[in-house]
Amino acid sequence: MLKNDIVDTIREKALWMRRRAFRMVFDAQLGHPGGDFSAIDIIATLYFGVMRYDPKKPEMAERDRFIMSKGHATGALYTALCAAGYYPEDWLTTYMQPKSMLNGHPNRNYLPGVETNTGPLGHGMPVALGIAIAGQLTSSDYRTFVLTGDGELQEGSNWEAAMTAGNRKLGKFTLIVDRNRLQQGMGTEETNGLDPLDDKFRAFGWDVEVVDGHDVVALLSALSEPAGGRSKPLCIIANTVKGKGVSFMENKASWHHGVPNAEQYNIAMEELV
Amino acid sequence: MAAPAQKQEGFYDCRDAWARTIEALAEEDPRIVAVVNDSVGSSKLGGFQKKFPDRLVNVGIAEQNMVGVGAGLANGGRIPFVSAASCFLTGRALEQLKADIAYAGFNVKLVGQSSGVAYGELGPTHHSIEDFAWLRPLDKITVVVPADSWETAEAVKWAAAHEGPVYIRLSRMPVPDLVVENRQFQPGKAEVVRKGSDVTLVACGTMVHLAVQAAADLQAEGISARVLNMATINPLDGAAIEKAASETGAIVTIEEANIHGGLGGAVAEHTAATLPVPVERMGFPGFVPTGSVEWLFDHFGLTAAGIARSARKAIGRKRA
Repeated sequence: MLKNDIVDTIREKALWMRRRAFRMVFDAQLGHPGGDFSAIDIIATLYFGVMRYDPKKPEMAERDRFIMSKGHATGALYTALCAAGYYPEDWLTTYMQPKSMLNGHPNRNYLPGVETNTGPLGHGMPVALGIAIAGQLTSSDYRTFVLTGDGELQEGSNWEAAMTAGNRKLGKFTLIVDRNRLQQGMGTEETNGLDPLDDKFRAFGWDVEVVDGHDVVALLSALSEPAGGRSKPLCIIANTVKGKGVSFMENKASWHHGVPNAEQYNIAMEELV
Repeated sequence: MAAPAQKQEGFYDCRDAWARTIEALAEEDPRIVAVVNDSVGSSKLGGFQKKFPDRLVNVGIAEQNMVGVGAGLANGGRIPFVSAASCFLTGRALEQLKADIAYAGFNVKLVGQSSGVAYGELGPTHHSIEDFAWLRPLDKITVVVPADSWETAEAVKWAAAHEGPVYIRLSRMPVPDLVVENRQFQPGKAEVVRKGSDVTLVACGTMVHLAVQAAADLQAEGISARVLNMATINPLDGAAIEKAASETGAIVTIEEANIHGGLGGAVAEHTAATLPVPVERMGFPGFVPTGSVEWLFDHFGLTAAGIARSARKAIGRKRA
């Protein structure tokens, strides 16, 4: 596929994911739409422009792995896995219903394509690190991607993993930080500031790229593997907007787990085109 | 760290059996890796490290990362044995044990070293007596507490072959080899070490050989005590407990752990729900005072004489 076609495909998938995720949240009257929307362009870029996988063989040893550490953003993850072909769309209608496989946080035992169970923050990085170390031990060429929220980086377990990844020079390991600068209640910098985040990761032995997390071309470029590979893990700080794509949701912490009424849902559908 | 207990003839540190077995298994199966938190020495993995330097992943003093890395290695097709002092492995990384291992269900083997009050004088921060209560509700994790070197080796071999998470709880306290005819390691099943009809002594780990000694002493005064080695705490062998309750009418549980939520708690829960009989729970009631492991055992009656006393008490509580 030509690069322009890939970019168009990613944008189309991302639009569908936003609309479908918001419908899930509206129907369930539960979810985390603000964080879904800040992450969707990143996840769409990974699944439809970067990663190697086969939805018919979710356990394929050489698959690239995506770990959704910000496990609450299930609207983004579940629509991506559906669009990637892991399961049919009608599964999405069960979101958070009794005994649904689409729990409020992902469970790998229920859903193909989910690599590990997340939900409590700060769990994705160490697990992704273990996957990357397994790749290193077996000289595999799969890549491991982990997406964390930014507020999530206040959990110390991330820095334990960051230190190990830097020391082991895991060139196949990529962390993407969904840097929307808002956590559940208020701004990250007002809560327990993270800046300068790029310098922190460099000090831990990582390559760092800072990109616009809604610019598909920039994301594709940052996520592409240079010829000859990397000799350090890569941290992509993706500057994003919580609630991206819907005017009344953008940059509002209240949409972390806010849910729309019918009027808001209709306005959002008019804007998401 | 505190010096290990004095060497006694015929008593063996189960960590040696663990180390021998994991090295032998790793020779056979390249998927086996060890994950440690700067715990190579206390896990006796020096030999493993020498033979398989790449397959020993040392994340340093970082238990949350250690357990998460274990889950990730399993995702990547490895069979990780995550080995660390059990006080830190279970306490510091409890949410990782819950979410990444039990709930996610990864094929990770957790090996808790120097459990119970092995680090006696170092105090309750370094004791691991709460681990049974913490892990029992994490129902996918099989909790195995070997009683001697033979059982340690068998448990490690079984864990390597079993698909699913396992916690093997080891001590550094030297223990003698049990004498049982036609011995076979059966996870999830109580092992009848001695037959008896007046009372059942249900023990695990370092306590089993003391229960055997107590049963022999009780025999001399005409009391017939059954001894069950309850090497698997979770899932509990409920059938063996019901059989003990119905055939002997009184039970004593003995564990190197907090009695609340541990083996004693499990047996009391099970008998209360099925066939209530007197249950005397021996172990620790909470944080313990400073002292050597020998002093602590003695202080809390975890001796053959103390177990015999509890047996008489349990028998005395039977309904006329």
